[in-house]
This record gives sequence, C-alpha cells and structure tokens, in this order.
Amino acid sequence: MSENEKIKKISIVVSKGSLEGVYPGLIMANGARMEGIEVNVFFTFFGMDAITKSKMNNIKVATVGNPAMGIPTLIGAIPGMSSFATNKMKKKMEELDIPPVPEFIEMISDAGGKLYACLATVEMFNLKKEDFCEELDGILTVGDFYKLAAGGEIIFT
Amino acid sequence: MAEKVIAGFTVNVTEEGYLTDKTQWNKEIAAEIAQELGIEELTNAHWNVIDFLQKDYAETGKLPTIRRMKKEGGISTKDLYDLFPEGPLVKAAKIAGLSKPASCV
Repeated sequence: MSENEKIKKISIVVSKGSLEGVYPGLIMANGARMEGIEVNVFFTFFGMDAITKSKMNNIKVATVGNPAMGIPTLIGAIPGMSSFATNKMKKKMEELDIPPVPEFIEMISDAGGKLYACLATVEMFNLKKEDFCEELDGILTVGDFYKLAAGGEIIFT
Repeated sequence: MAEKVIAGFTVNVTEEGYLTDKTQWNKEIAAEIAQELGIEELTNAHWNVIDFLQKDYAETGKLPTIRRMKKEGGISTKDLYDLFPEGPLVKAAKIAGLSKPASCV
C-alpha cells in the first residue's frame, strides 16, 4: 500500500452490548492504535455497557437470536446457557491474549484511543458521568461526534 | 527476501525490512533501523523493551502481545506508545531484529 493510501484516522461506533457486539469494535480500535492510526470510539445504546462500571465486567454472548452460534433458540434460552457460552469464549480469548472488557478499555485508552459516550443514550438510560469508567473522555452529541470524526473513516458496529 | 546494508552490515531482510536471520542483528543495526523509523536515539527505556522482546521471543518462539509486555515485562502500555510512537509493537519488533507482528491484539 502506498503512503497516500494509508488510513490515518478512524471513528468506531459500538452500538451493541453483547460480547460479540462489543469485541469487534474494541479489537479494531486497539489494532488501529497499534498501527499508529488515530482512534475515536463512540459508545451508543447497549454498546455503552462496555464503558459502564456496573456492566463492563458482565458482558455476555447472545445465545438466543444468534443463528450463527448453532444453538437452537429454545436451548439457548435455558438459564445459564449464555454464561456457559460466554465462559467458553472468554477462555479461548484469554489464550489468544485478548483482554477482558475493562482491561481492553484501559489498554485502548493507554494506547491513546479516545472513548466517548452518546449523549442521547446517556439521557435515555438516566446515567451520569460517575457511572462510567474513568477512561471515558467525554459525553458527546452526535454532531460533536461527526466533528471529531471529520477527515477519517467511520465504522459502525 | 532481499539483502540490505544497514549500519555497514549486509543483512537479509523481508520486503518490509524485517531481519530474517536473528544472528545477523546487532546494536548498531538496531540504532539505524530506529532512526529510519523516526526514533533518533535508543535510550535505556527503549532497550528495556527490545531486551524483553528478544528474551520472550527466545523463550516462546513468538512475539509477545502488548498485553503480555505489560503483564510479563512490566512495560506499561502508555510508556510503550510514548517510546515507539505510531506503531509500538511493529517498530519495536523491527528494531529488535524480530519478525513482523502476526497477531491482532
């Protein structure tokens, strides 16, 4: 790839709160920083669980309504099934050195990635700044997010 | 694979400039690769990172992740990004004469 084709900046929107909803955005954000790409991550709707202190330790795989998992919906709905699948996946991720969500958030922040919460969702869920992890860089309107994202790529997950 | 003269030494490198033979690596080569990557001078803190990468590579046969560098090597992620801006693992691995990082995290 020639120099002028290099991506310099990306802004990633994380909108889903399941494990498989949160990790792709975090992996892409961290991977971008590892390549020297400027990164903003904007958490909205249930994606905000990844930066909410009371939720970030408890992100689970969706075993219902997730046909790619190969678990029939009725089986997936059995109590404990989501935790079981989550633990299996977490174990595999640990082997690959993919950190748990809180540690991943800290890592992206330490790497210089910026983390933002969506104002509309914050108001809708009645959250306050204190409800979020300390790595949070701010609560933004969509308009402010677009201003921050200007000149780069936007990825919605 | 290609040959390249770095700091007066002829070494084998990949297309992207990573050394392919660790035995050809030395500190002068490291310093010159660092300069090519925009790091003017390798300080003790840089060498601490390079030493850990080489030691861990020798023990495990692969490059450590940034997470492992923090957990096992005691190298904070912030420091790592400060020391090797814009691509810490990629740059540190190249300077250390190791292979290109092949992990997503």
